[in-house]
Amino acid sequence: MGLLALKNKKVTRRSKEDKVFDIINVFLVAIILILVVYPLYFIVIASFSDPNMIYDGKVWLLPKELTFEGYERIFQDSKIWLGYKNSIVYTVVGTIVNVSFTLMAAYALSRKDLYGRNVIMFLFLMTMFFSGGLIPTYLVVKNLGLLNTMWALILPKAVAVWNVIVAKTFFETSIPNELLEAAKMDGCSDAKFFWKIVLPLSKPIVAVMVLFYAVGHWNSYFDALIYLNNENLYPLQLILRNILIQNEASTMMISDLESLAAKQRVSELIKYGVIIVASIPLLIVYPFVQKYFVKGVMIGGIKG
Amino acid sequence: MQSKKRIKLKKILSNYQLYLFILPALIYFIVFHYVPMYGVLIAFKDFVATKGIMGSPWVGFKHFERFFDSYQFWTLIKNTLGLSVTQLIVGFPLPIFLALMLNQIRSEKYKRFVQTVVYAPHFISVVVLAGMIYVFFSNNGLINNLILIFGGDPISFMAKPDWFKPLYIASGVWQETGWAAIIYLAALAGVSPELHEAAVMDGANKWQRIFHVDIPAIMPTAVILLILSVGNIMNIGFEKAYLLQTPMNQPAAEIIPTYVYKMGLQQAQYSFAAAVGLFNSVINLILLIAVNKFAKKLSGTGLW
Repeated sequence: MGLLALKNKKVTRRSKEDKVFDIINVFLVAIILILVVYPLYFIVIASFSDPNMIYDGKVWLLPKELTFEGYERIFQDSKIWLGYKNSIVYTVVGTIVNVSFTLMAAYALSRKDLYGRNVIMFLFLMTMFFSGGLIPTYLVVKNLGLLNTMWALILPKAVAVWNVIVAKTFFETSIPNELLEAAKMDGCSDAKFFWKIVLPLSKPIVAVMVLFYAVGHWNSYFDALIYLNNENLYPLQLILRNILIQNEASTMMISDLESLAAKQRVSELIKYGVIIVASIPLLIVYPFVQKYFVKGVMIGGIKG
Repeated sequence: MQSKKRIKLKKILSNYQLYLFILPALIYFIVFHYVPMYGVLIAFKDFVATKGIMGSPWVGFKHFERFFDSYQFWTLIKNTLGLSVTQLIVGFPLPIFLALMLNQIRSEKYKRFVQTVVYAPHFISVVVLAGMIYVFFSNNGLINNLILIFGGDPISFMAKPDWFKPLYIASGVWQETGWAAIIYLAALAGVSPELHEAAVMDGANKWQRIFHVDIPAIMPTAVILLILSVGNIMNIGFEKAYLLQTPMNQPAAEIIPTYVYKMGLQQAQYSFAAAVGLFNSVINLILLIAVNKFAKKLSGTGLW
């Protein structure tokens, strides 16, 4: 980005047609910005508005007839809390497995003195183009006895090839070989070198890996759909699916005594609310970690 | 010869810790990727769970023939290819346009703000995205309220097969365009400022510089990304398609991957579903090889 700023400063003379171009460009980008933001913004204001106002098309820029009823129902619902807890456990454990497997393998593969590294790398890469597909993978998970355990959501996704490539490239370019030689001279083992020297020097890539994998776990629902039957193990996304898409809000959070109209009204309100509740962790961290994500994509994209 | 072998052995032994580093990842790839590849054999057998893959009887191409003869075959092909090809045609150029536009913005602050915002939808889970589509496009949703304001008649989007494809594609564009633009922005940031200065000296305006400096600079990146996405054409975002399916839009929304899921896991026809999945993968592989060859001939850039 620094280069870009420099470029913009140097080229200062602008012709008339360039100025017209710039005005149109800024305007078009503003339209794109609104198209992206407005749906997100609308969800927020709708979650605080009376559903009748939304039905009648009266909610556009600000919430109308402020209500917290949706959130009250959501926070009273035990399934949501259980889903939250499950998702956190799966995300934490899964990410630890992902990151440790990925970084260890990537570091070893980045070492030029490792005999057979090309063969192993080839074995990894092949899986990007060939796969057994859904059914054979399911049968493996089933035969290992992982169905209805949290490991079914973690082990089949333990390593992403793409991330191995990204981390390997990072190690290759940022850990100088002299460092290893010096450490070896002092009698340092490979494991110790990795733990004491490589990892502390690799904080950016560790952060990127943690973020990529953690978001993946937090957002995934499909593995849970196929591998879990026990509702007590459901992650948040699966509970969300039941509420948002299968309209199960009514049976879960609305009492039988309410009229049909009232039920519909509340279930609509709950839908907007759960979207927010489920996205809160990401909304909170996003502004802080966004630059790391971008870094991760760039490392992977340009050199990989 | 003898001593050469011994040196090799010594080299391997001295790096034994590095091999231990790779071991978890290697086991993972073998168990969850290579074993399922072997498991694909059940597509050519009548799989009986108690007998295992080895013990089940061979039936040759029976399951493939059944799929080719089924009345759904052409619908599935049409839906799968139609959806992914449209997605490619619409979704592939847009990130390039966005990156070129953002690259022309002179205010660093505005640019950074827009970037932060347009990346955000990428982190929304597919369940939440589908949920947003359901609430926005419901009969009393935001979009129908807009249509009413402009004097149109409400449309029941989720019940009309014709609307499945536009909704699928547009939501994908909304979610991924900003994120996909990152890589092009990085490529654009790498363009040497001298090229632009020289072009300005020669009297080039912004349009001309975009066409003759910026676009050639991102071409290699674009070709690689194009090959990768064509190579994935049959593996269309199955999770979203599944979530957006309703009993009414089914005729347009059923694609091969959702069909495999329903046949295989919901109806436990493992062998038949594995055959359909394998058919899908084979077409995908053929496409990847063909496109790679084509791209190499045309532009000299390819994956291998």
